[in-house]
Amino acid sequence: MSNKVIFDKEMAKEYTILIPMMCPIHFTLLKNVLINSKYRVELLENTGHSVVEEGLKYVHNDTCYPALLVIGQMIDALKSGKYDVHKTALIITQTGGGCRASNYIYLLRKALKKADLDFVPVISLNFSGLDSQPGFKITLNMLRKMLAALLYGDLLMDLSNQTKAYEVNDGEAMRLVDEWISKLSSLFKENKGYKAKDLEKYMVMITKDFAKIKLKRIPKVKVGIVGEIYIKYSSLGNNNLEDFLKSQDAEVRVPGIMGFILYSIYNTIEDEKLYGIKGLKTKLFKIAYRYMLNKEKMMNRIIKENSDFMVSEGFEALIEKAEKVIGLGTKMGEGWLLTGEIMELVDSGFKNVICTQPFGCLPNHIVGKGMVRKIKEYENDANIVAIDYDPSATSVNQENRIKLMLAIGKENLEKKD
Amino acid sequence: MRLGIDIGSTTIKCALFDDNEKLIYNSYQRHSSQIKERLSELLNIIHTEYKVNETYLAISGSAGMGTSERLGIEFIQEVYATRHAANHFLDKPDCIIELGGEDAKILFLSNGLEVRMNGTCAGGTGAFIDQMAQLLNMDVEAMNEAAKNYQKLYNIASRCGVFAKSDIQPLINQGALKEDLAASIYYSVVNQTVGGLAQGRKIDGRVVYLGGPLTFNSELRKAFDNTLKLEGICPENSLYYVAMGTALLANEKVALKDLLDKLDHLKAFKNYYSLKPLFNNEAEYEEFKKRHAENAVKIHDSQNIKGDVYLGVDAGSTTLKLVIINKDKEILYSSYRSNKGNTLDLVKNELISLYQNNPKMHIVSSCVTGYGEELIKNAMGLDYGLVETQAHLKAALKFMPNVDFIIDIGGQDIKCFKIKNGNLDNLFLNEACSSGCGSFLQTFATALGYDIDSFAKLGLFAKNPVDLGSRCTVFMNSSVKQAQKDGATIEDISAGLSISVIKNALYKVIRTTNLEELGTHIITQGGTFLNDAVLRAFEIELGIDVTRPNISGLMGAYGSALYALDNVPSATKIVSLKDLLEFKNTTKQVNCGLCNNHCQLTINDFGGGKRYISGNRCDRPIFKRSDHKVLNIYDYKRSLLESYKPKDSKRNITIGLPMALNMYELLPFWYTFFSELGFKVVNSGRSSLDKYHHSQNSIPSDTVCFPAKLTHAHIDTLIDEKIPYIFYPCLTYNVKEKDTDNSYNCPVVAYYPEVIEANLKRLKEEKITFIYDHFSLANPKTLGPKLYECLKRYFADLTLKEVKEAVKKAFIEYYAYLKKIEDYGQKIIKEANEHNAEIIVLCGRPYHIDPIINHGIDRLIAGFGIYVISEDALHTDYDHSKLEVLNQWTYHSRLYSAAHYIKDKKNMDLVQLVSFGCGVDAITTDEIRAILEGHDKIYTQLKIDEITNLGAVKIRLRSLLAALGKEKDHE
Repeated sequence: MSNKVIFDKEMAKEYTILIPMMCPIHFTLLKNVLINSKYRVELLENTGHSVVEEGLKYVHNDTCYPALLVIGQMIDALKSGKYDVHKTALIITQTGGGCRASNYIYLLRKALKKADLDFVPVISLNFSGLDSQPGFKITLNMLRKMLAALLYGDLLMDLSNQTKAYEVNDGEAMRLVDEWISKLSSLFKENKGYKAKDLEKYMVMITKDFAKIKLKRIPKVKVGIVGEIYIKYSSLGNNNLEDFLKSQDAEVRVPGIMGFILYSIYNTIEDEKLYGIKGLKTKLFKIAYRYMLNKEKMMNRIIKENSDFMVSEGFEALIEKAEKVIGLGTKMGEGWLLTGEIMELVDSGFKNVICTQPFGCLPNHIVGKGMVRKIKEYENDANIVAIDYDPSATSVNQENRIKLMLAIGKENLEKKD
Repeated sequence: MRLGIDIGSTTIKCALFDDNEKLIYNSYQRHSSQIKERLSELLNIIHTEYKVNETYLAISGSAGMGTSERLGIEFIQEVYATRHAANHFLDKPDCIIELGGEDAKILFLSNGLEVRMNGTCAGGTGAFIDQMAQLLNMDVEAMNEAAKNYQKLYNIASRCGVFAKSDIQPLINQGALKEDLAASIYYSVVNQTVGGLAQGRKIDGRVVYLGGPLTFNSELRKAFDNTLKLEGICPENSLYYVAMGTALLANEKVALKDLLDKLDHLKAFKNYYSLKPLFNNEAEYEEFKKRHAENAVKIHDSQNIKGDVYLGVDAGSTTLKLVIINKDKEILYSSYRSNKGNTLDLVKNELISLYQNNPKMHIVSSCVTGYGEELIKNAMGLDYGLVETQAHLKAALKFMPNVDFIIDIGGQDIKCFKIKNGNLDNLFLNEACSSGCGSFLQTFATALGYDIDSFAKLGLFAKNPVDLGSRCTVFMNSSVKQAQKDGATIEDISAGLSISVIKNALYKVIRTTNLEELGTHIITQGGTFLNDAVLRAFEIELGIDVTRPNISGLMGAYGSALYALDNVPSATKIVSLKDLLEFKNTTKQVNCGLCNNHCQLTINDFGGGKRYISGNRCDRPIFKRSDHKVLNIYDYKRSLLESYKPKDSKRNITIGLPMALNMYELLPFWYTFFSELGFKVVNSGRSSLDKYHHSQNSIPSDTVCFPAKLTHAHIDTLIDEKIPYIFYPCLTYNVKEKDTDNSYNCPVVAYYPEVIEANLKRLKEEKITFIYDHFSLANPKTLGPKLYECLKRYFADLTLKEVKEAVKKAFIEYYAYLKKIEDYGQKIIKEANEHNAEIIVLCGRPYHIDPIINHGIDRLIAGFGIYVISEDALHTDYDHSKLEVLNQWTYHSRLYSAAHYIKDKKNMDLVQLVSFGCGVDAITTDEIRAILEGHDKIYTQLKIDEITNLGAVKIRLRSLLAALGKEKDHE
């Protein structure tokens, strides 16, 4: 790639690396892992009109909305005057699959060039060795902390979602989340909190803390959110979907990030099964898969042992559910994971599912909208609505469609009573 | 008492029940966005005339959400309300079809409740019918009347209003009958509703029609009846079901007096992002007007034109412009009028009155440009036809010899030209999808109850113009709705729309990121720029003053007149007054049968043996000949694929392959593979629109690309032919091209078989074995064993050895096929070079050779005498590290290679076919443009969909040729 700016070790000492926001709980923890590894990092919180404007200006408008927002957010930040642009770098994840998302880093570099910011180095965050930068290395220690951060993130997100809708004292769950984010971050700083034993210890503490929240269990419409990963988690991308649902008095469940990571790893193993491609890579991925799977199981066991909270059936069960509907070779974008997550949500009582996707998202034609009919063959009472997001889609239209889903959900809820 | 109020996108409806559920009052009226006022009037009537003090009350409707929030009134979702009312008032309805101003809904009530609502993309319905009626210059009732007498139906894009519009406009311009168009419009609404919303579920039983359009248009109901093969009912009060359901569902009692007080005190509020005002004060506006008054060509107010004059006509898509100039290039006469769907009659009448009023006038030369160019030229005997871009360039150069950039926003299209040394350097035209043009403003003005001029003026001094983004009309409707909800005034919306027209042109059509690259000498033209608000918005966005000629709306016609002046023929062929008075035109519709495109031809008969045929893609119906003098690789590829005919073989088993998506390249592979194993291999053959319409109700995602949608029809064809086995594998990995980062298929091509299996219930119903396992073509060694593993489940006697052998043969055949294409490409290049002819690399994907997908564009190009070649015939080594994209898709990598191949070839240019909705091409198009422009080549993109509007394609191609031709002149 011709216009790549190298991010070297010297730069690592004085440059501020900007991270685009996706899901606040996980990303705040991840940010702190990087800070504790001596990088200067800042998590972008700029939202609003100018982000979309910059995105529209510098990214091909038919490109998916997440790219437009992520790049828009970074350029907006660079132009804000808050940072010395000659001492700033950007970081972006790269998945390397067959969907457009693997091109984000290239689109970002193109956009920087157009914005006369082509001297700003871009770091690719991925675990397949793509596009490496000498000044940014993920050490094993960092990797373990990052993994721990994601696990804690999933746990905090899950438990806060299970309590938020029912808490007697408004805001208690989110206060607990904030508390734990800062606790965990200081633990990481002291090089604690991420080893297996610590993980167990703190997860138990977190679960117990959430179990203490006083709840008022009145039946509420239960809504699951699946979708393209960025739009699903990012309030900037989904027009504050979770807040809207809360305002409509619904309980929300959003499958965690671990599922996506397990899915990404599992796909390499599935490739071997389907296409007979064998190699060292597959062996390593199998080890990683088992490792991660154990962590997931541990988390689920802890929740079960220490609370009455609902526990997900786990990734292996998810595979089985997905396989009933779609081939596991379908691995671009969120692939079969998305289909599987809908099945799991419906099975676990979240019959109302919002499938969020950027307008024109290619994998979602297949795994989202494309599978709804077949999912209903298995889950007759599933109430699924697909919502498209893009710079011009208005929240009034989106909310109207969601309100329809909620009205039916509410009716079903009353029928049960 | 129970009161339900339904505030839709265009109308407000109410239903008032007494305590015995007797409907005692209802009303239906357009609200023209004055929701607060209309609501207040309504509540007053109920309060004073019906003496209601307190009532259960709820609000519903897409525009009612904001109102209900602000007033603290309960909101009921409208589909939910409809369902409630239907179950309450009707006897066991099975299915409800409800069309509203902008929404379309289908409710399945029996056998498992399902509710479908159109997504954000599918265009409006009521608003769409209004728009189409306007286009036909009829009111809605007249259109309904007209449709009763239709003779034939046209295929009109059923996806969204904007597309349908671009289908209808050329038909109008070609002289198609309004009766036929009216009926076709209703059928397109039916197709859109059924195709987009039914999603595989059959509509039958007791069907109920609700909502404005279905209540008012009997012919629309008939179109539904005919398509669904049933007789639906449109019950009493069909307009009020949402309001009635809302009334019945209301949970909260409201005192009307209090509510009215609340409404009165509802303050203007602002909850949206606003832009800078266009003008801060009158003085600024006066200065602006003065400045623009200076750019003038002299216009005589001649009552009596004498002597030699030159005629220029611009027959645009919605307007007709006509100019007469003298030899000093001064305007003696001009006219600018809406063509009311009948350009030809208008020109005729204009000419008659010109001749009669000016007996001493001699038109010595004449020229026509625009959509109607060919029709007018033929009918009126004008001397020249000029492609629009050249006409505009000519006029612009007259005003500003050093012009850098011309931007023309007309009724239906946006044209922007970059000028270098007085020549066309680059050209930008809007795609069918983004219609931020003149008719767009017009549509909004009308919908909000204004004429276009006064509507635009409203925006000049708006304090807080709304930022509406810059999308197509359909999206804009909901943006306007949102803005209303957020408290924008009509002035702010007007200004916002003018600004959005500009943003659309700059950021969507030109795709500029650096406004400076447009240059400093800029001319604006086209009718839309006559609008001061739009012009001002443009200057503000650019930050510089631009030039608007005083004849901004007439530039095409003026440029044509200048061309006529520069090229005076020895004797003009223009019709005389005598001929004009006797001139008659009858039109006839026929289907051309000379090839498989089956073009729908409109034959205009002008009497005296003079005819004009339109709607054709090639010259064959005109000259009755079928020999193309130039080579067209698309024809060659099609004939190659057709050679893989089914033949009897040792097994008595037939296996079917759908001719869709990647099968256009892999047919040789799979045909050989299965033939080697002793199967009889049939394929689904050519695509057809009829079959597509039959199959479209199983398409789950209405925004997926058209080539993918066609797959449904191909599978249905195989099922219809009772083929017991259909093989359509999922292919994540394609064959790998040289030096690429990976060999993916795009997600849609890779996994469409999964969608087919999940949505074509017929496969199971008819007990077809559908084999859609996942394989990888990038791993030839393991492909054999994996195919064996899969196939032995169905055919136990197969052996691993013979499968492996068949894979080997299949690869050999596949590569031989690719080689043939490459060889033919070389032959084309050689022959074109010998004839010193131009070659167009018409690039896309393998499936773009399907004439239903490419609309015969390949033949259109060949018709210009240009050789046609495709991207897979051109391979070249280039420095892949210079690519600014991840080169990971097999088909797409060939595009980059082709672009590099032609970059230094003088007689080769590239035109890229892009299927609408192709997300991956958002990446490839920018990259190919960059490669070409880096070598001073013009990049041309043609976006294609179900639409068959070749008019825009022709203009684009002709402009490209004109630009190329000019360049050669200067070499």
